Amino acid sequence: MDLHQIVYGVYPYLCLVTFVLGSWIRFDHEQYTWKSDSSQLLSKNGMRLASNFFHIGVIAIFFGHFVGLLTPHSVFTALGVSDMAHQGIAILAGAIFGTMALIGGIGLWLRRMLNKRVRAASRWMDINILGWILLTLVMGLSTLPFSIGHAEHGDATVMLRLAEWVQSVVTLQPNPELLRNVDTVFKMHIFLGMSVFLFFPFTRLVHIWSAPVGYLFRAYQIVRAKRPA
Amino acid sequence: MKVRAQFAFVFNLDKCIGCHTCSVTCKNVWTNRKGVEYVWFNNVESKPGIGYPKDWEDQKKWRGGWELKDGKLQLKSGSKMARLANIFANPDMPEIDDYYEPFTFDYAHLQNAPLSEAAPTARPVSQITGDKMEKITWGPNWEDDLAGEFEKRSKDRNMHNLEKEIYKQFENTFHMYLPRICNHCINPACVAACPSGSMYKREEDGIVLVDQDKCRGWRMCISSCPYKKVYYNWESGKAEKCIGCYPRVESGMPTVCSESCVGRIRYNGIMLYDADKIEQLASVPNEQDLYQAQLDIFLDPNDPDVIEAARRDGIQEDWIEAARKSPIYKMAVDWKIAFPMHPEFRTLPMVWYVPPLSPVQSHIDQGGLSSDPGSVIPPVENLRLPVKYLANLLTAGKEAPIVLALKRMIAMRAYQRSIHVEGKADTRALDEIGMSEEMALEMYRYLAIANYEDRFVIPSGHEEVRLDDFYAFQGQNGFTFGNDSSPGISANSLFPERRKETVESRDPAPSADER
Repeated sequence: MDLHQIVYGVYPYLCLVTFVLGSWIRFDHEQYTWKSDSSQLLSKNGMRLASNFFHIGVIAIFFGHFVGLLTPHSVFTALGVSDMAHQGIAILAGAIFGTMALIGGIGLWLRRMLNKRVRAASRWMDINILGWILLTLVMGLSTLPFSIGHAEHGDATVMLRLAEWVQSVVTLQPNPELLRNVDTVFKMHIFLGMSVFLFFPFTRLVHIWSAPVGYLFRAYQIVRAKRPA
Repeated sequence: MKVRAQFAFVFNLDKCIGCHTCSVTCKNVWTNRKGVEYVWFNNVESKPGIGYPKDWEDQKKWRGGWELKDGKLQLKSGSKMARLANIFANPDMPEIDDYYEPFTFDYAHLQNAPLSEAAPTARPVSQITGDKMEKITWGPNWEDDLAGEFEKRSKDRNMHNLEKEIYKQFENTFHMYLPRICNHCINPACVAACPSGSMYKREEDGIVLVDQDKCRGWRMCISSCPYKKVYYNWESGKAEKCIGCYPRVESGMPTVCSESCVGRIRYNGIMLYDADKIEQLASVPNEQDLYQAQLDIFLDPNDPDVIEAARRDGIQEDWIEAARKSPIYKMAVDWKIAFPMHPEFRTLPMVWYVPPLSPVQSHIDQGGLSSDPGSVIPPVENLRLPVKYLANLLTAGKEAPIVLALKRMIAMRAYQRSIHVEGKADTRALDEIGMSEEMALEMYRYLAIANYEDRFVIPSGHEEVRLDDFYAFQGQNGFTFGNDSSPGISANSLFPERRKETVESRDPAPSADER
């Protein structure tokens, strides 16, 4: 087993298991640490643009990857989405939301590094994870010229191979060979991206699990009784 | 009718001397920690003034509290969807400088400084960054005793419809203290705004709390509380607020701020209210009717129907008894001398205030207050403190209830003065506003003497109702099977807590008369 096989055949499982189990253990055992860890109190300056851009961009990218990579090829075909259309949408959406997230992320990073109060309240992991996500974003955006190049030649094989690899991993039949000959920039982006899942439970990112959608459906007031109902 | 009990407060501003003992004792007990250095669950403001945090009363700026939207109650910060849309960056969130940058002083330097010509100084140090601060420019009580320029403190929202030019003159200056804690509202905006559902009102005593494990730091409570009494702990990333000293209250003790009040201005007691009427009464169209609406939500603890309903809704006998003896009920409902602060925020706050009268007697003696011919009560409109200002603070601008309360207090004083100074009871002042001697005497007892047992009528919590396994409580309370701080709280725990339930039968013993 060579390094390539370890990184793209074994490492994904290390990341996924850590992501799921780590999140669960933390939620279960250390819920007091489960939070968005906002620093808005310490500095509001620029937050409106930076934070919104970053969050919206990242959420859109996440769901884009999720749908684009996990949907079986047959489903796209059945829906009448050609491979070239798929690639076109991926390039466009990736470019728009990736840039948005990058702009917002750089804003947040600058604020975190340069604002004395925010810096003082930052933990080591807050700075690291933001930097890591930025790196992943930069690497992800760097794949665009390659993808555009492929698209211009009417060649969707790389995209299809990436999707096939992701599906091979989630169906527990990992096939790292699919990635053997894709451009290095894709491989780098994938490695960085997988690592975000590895770090996830140990960072503030856990607040994503708690996206408060339920708020929309509950009554305004909450009354708790000590005595059992 | 759904009867609920509420642990409530009255602060008698007439006797508040602004000593800050309440703030300091509260601070020492609850917020002397990292991340909440800037937080004062209890603070005392000098009014007029913009307060802490700056301009907290200006809801055009902070969008706190409720408003009527097409006749329906909605948070001022918009719909639930609007709040979620703002969750990445809350536009209404105050910044630390709106409170103040927490600071300490470099005391060690006083001991460690090398020998020098000039005495060493202890420079201020930021408690956030640890850096030396050039100059402290704002603090939790920067406007103490009218410090600063009139221009700045007259930005006080309660001054907005007053003739500011008049009160700018030294001779007309007025001043009062306003101690503030969480109002433990009946219709709390913070709870309604919390996206994660971590904030709640306790059914037993109405104390509003933040579930620290459930709070995710979405910050909507901070901006939605119109009193700015929910704070963000910048170290823990959680919301924190006045907890009504519930561990004390559950044991029948007053809150720390109330207990330590040297002026005896604070009253703690139980109020019964009808939870079915909350929405209806909080949404009366006219803001000036909200004071009356809140009076209407209270239930008379002497009414047999109310008592029966209270029993049905699980309120314990001693709590009903406490509601009957409640000093809050006397002042708010019987005598109508206490008022909720800013009822127009529509949160139905449960800290009520007796408006300040002082300094009045010396003013009367000096002929400073003209009284109508044939009247012994000077017109309260001539008092140093403008009634309009008090009305803006306490009744959404409605002056009549404030005037009546002040008259009752003046009449009570005039009556007591006649007894103690002239040696002969003179009831003319009482008669003029139709107050009985009995009421005046009782008001005197509660307001002037303010005995401990009159101020604090607090039934202890009923832990036995909650517990179904007394053996476990008795034998294992305080003991854990390790990992005390985070025992795992979710239903499907990976590391379940050790079981504590005992094997003894939990059937209650039969009563003696049950044969």
